Amino acid sequence: MGDLKFGDAFDYAAAPETTPVPLQKQYELFLDGEFVAPSSGKYFWSVNPSNGKRHARIARGEEKDVDAAVRSARKAYEKVWGPMAPAERGKYLYRIARLIQEKARELAILETMDGGKPIKESRDVDLPLVAAHFFYYAGWADKLEYAFPGGRPEPVGVASQVIPWNFPLLMAAWKIAPALACGNTVVLKPAETTSVTAMHLAQIFQDAGLPPGVVNIVTGAGETGAALIDHPGVDKVAFTGSTAVGKAIAESVADTTKRLTLELGGKAANIVFEDAAIEQAVEGVINGIYFNQGHVCCAGSRLLLQESIHDDFIARLDRRIETLRVGDPLDKNTDIGAINSREQLGRITKLIGSGIEEGAELHESSAKLPEDGFWCRPSFFTGVSASHRIAREEIFGPVLSVLTFRTPAEAVARANDTCYGLSAGIWTDKGSKIFQVADQIRAGVIWANTFNKFDPTSPFGGFKESGFGREGGLQGLRPYVQLG
Amino acid sequence: MSFVLSTPVPRVDQVGVEERAAKFTKRSIKNEAKDIGLKLAVSMMDLTTLEGADSKGKVTHLCRKARQPMADRYDCPPCAAVCVYPNLVAHAVSELEGSGIPVASVATGFPSGQYPLDLRLADVRDAVDSGAAEIDMVISRGAFLEGEYQRVSDEIAAVKEACGKAHLKVIFETGELQTYDNVRFVSQLAIEAGADFIKTSTGKVSPAATLPVTLVMVETVRDHFLATGKKIGVKPAGGIRTAKQALQYLVMVKETVGDDWLTPELFRFGASSLLGDVELQIAKRLDGNYQGSDYFSKG
Repeated sequence: MGDLKFGDAFDYAAAPETTPVPLQKQYELFLDGEFVAPSSGKYFWSVNPSNGKRHARIARGEEKDVDAAVRSARKAYEKVWGPMAPAERGKYLYRIARLIQEKARELAILETMDGGKPIKESRDVDLPLVAAHFFYYAGWADKLEYAFPGGRPEPVGVASQVIPWNFPLLMAAWKIAPALACGNTVVLKPAETTSVTAMHLAQIFQDAGLPPGVVNIVTGAGETGAALIDHPGVDKVAFTGSTAVGKAIAESVADTTKRLTLELGGKAANIVFEDAAIEQAVEGVINGIYFNQGHVCCAGSRLLLQESIHDDFIARLDRRIETLRVGDPLDKNTDIGAINSREQLGRITKLIGSGIEEGAELHESSAKLPEDGFWCRPSFFTGVSASHRIAREEIFGPVLSVLTFRTPAEAVARANDTCYGLSAGIWTDKGSKIFQVADQIRAGVIWANTFNKFDPTSPFGGFKESGFGREGGLQGLRPYVQLG
Repeated sequence: MSFVLSTPVPRVDQVGVEERAAKFTKRSIKNEAKDIGLKLAVSMMDLTTLEGADSKGKVTHLCRKARQPMADRYDCPPCAAVCVYPNLVAHAVSELEGSGIPVASVATGFPSGQYPLDLRLADVRDAVDSGAAEIDMVISRGAFLEGEYQRVSDEIAAVKEACGKAHLKVIFETGELQTYDNVRFVSQLAIEAGADFIKTSTGKVSPAATLPVTLVMVETVRDHFLATGKKIGVKPAGGIRTAKQALQYLVMVKETVGDDWLTPELFRFGASSLLGDVELQIAKRLDGNYQGSDYFSKG
């Protein structure tokens, strides 16, 4: 029996991304096409999670600012953006997409500095997708009648959009691009811990000559978001974030005429059958849970393994997590970056504690963690039962729960044994099994023999408590039009 | 009659394995890591010439190059081996005397292998008698594609026996076998039949070595080691022309099978033009600027 050594022969030298970026000391609100100080004069700190240091001050928008933003959006909707010829709106979106591509490198670096994700991902995944979303929806702008044949699509009005911290720019793109393409105007509230790149996106809107008020960005904490969602001048609310907050939002808009889409949590099953291409399934499982430190609503956080391959697969996972490189997110060789915030690290740590307490076995990489900042080793639990907290609650960190099954029917039952229904993965070399199983799983996105693949042409969204409404694709236009 | 491997192999998903291989190419190898990687690559190189026009003179040049690829001040190690046709083995052996560098020879009716088995075995014995310490055989791809796995296996075993003490590298010509499933299967078959090394290609068929194909072979070797404790070597050959590519292979080896395989005992590059680019890069690291390729001998 052999034992592999992953030591320091041919160790990679540090390869940090050193391109200088225009990180500002202070960021203002983006209201009516201008960068303006918040009415309160108050700011809060944005922290670089890889070293725990404060690196920029962010404007704290309050009710007054939200009100000004919504008014500006309303005016722009009625006077400029709504009446504009659709093809002209498309031109702005194309211009924005091109500017994003031009500034992709600096945006990727800022995204990594502010959020903690590895530069490899912000460079190769986030930014290309951000630009692709704007390109894709730019194309729809003057073709909406073909998206809704006979439906006479019209814009909804002013959209308030509240986005999470895991993919700051990408979530902004998912929200803003379809809204604008359909002729709506927007007030966006970025997540408290990741506002920096949203303000650089605002700069791009300004550079693109986007008319004032078409997009307003109000930074702040939860109260700012609540004020934006509750504002009576808003026609449409789009939220991506936790299920708890999503439920509160659903309640708050229940007695209004606001339209609502929610993209919430997940606890996706990644099902590996014994007839899968095992080596590629291991990679898919790794990518499914450790991509973006597991800060992914559609993360494959429950691995369902067929009992016959359990031990072999676990041994492969044990070895594989040893080769994941944890550390400086700006290093081009880093696979796992920093946890986004101290609060999130606290939540993850607590759930890891519950897993141990409830009797599951923790497997952890032996990676050495940096001293400062917020870090969590890539890890997974074996011996997890369906009733364990770590099998039911979203951890939103690099922690995988491994459960077992015996037959396809049991796999389906276990996969659906959750209040969520955002995504799932199926791994088998047998095509018919893919279709048979996928048809029975209640989840919005199902990947077969791959995981965490995103494309602007493909709709994304949840079943059950993972939310409703779809983003991306033709379906992503629907929440932003009313059909006459 | 059906053929059964003693250890069955898993299926290979094409999209997945190519995606994984591409990830290795994203590693950024800089500074000391680059120094180490480049010199390691030289030390793993089977400096090869396999042309109809090969002569003693050509082989003499190559042997000198293998002994000392670069000027002293670069502190560059010698190559792993010199690989020639059987006719030139004796000459290469005499040229490399005292260097410790082994002579490898292609045999078994290289590159097609389309000759009667007794002739192929005679070819092997002749090369070994001439002093070849390593034999690079080709499998019968026709037989493999016909499903005659037992025959392929028996032939490898027969060649292994004919090799005596010489190390056996088994060439699959993966460009002709085409699918990753075939590569995984034939890798395990060759290992079970007695291969010391498994090798991608002859260099005469395109595509020759690719990163995903080599990854599948390295994974087979790794799983065999984990199951049995026995270490088998891997040799990608053909198509690797730049230092950057060579480093990507080393990254793949390091992250797939670990430190133990980062040695010429267990990993080789079969290449004729790769050395030139690696030399340029080694010189750049020491001298700080790129030199014209005219400053380096072509072997």
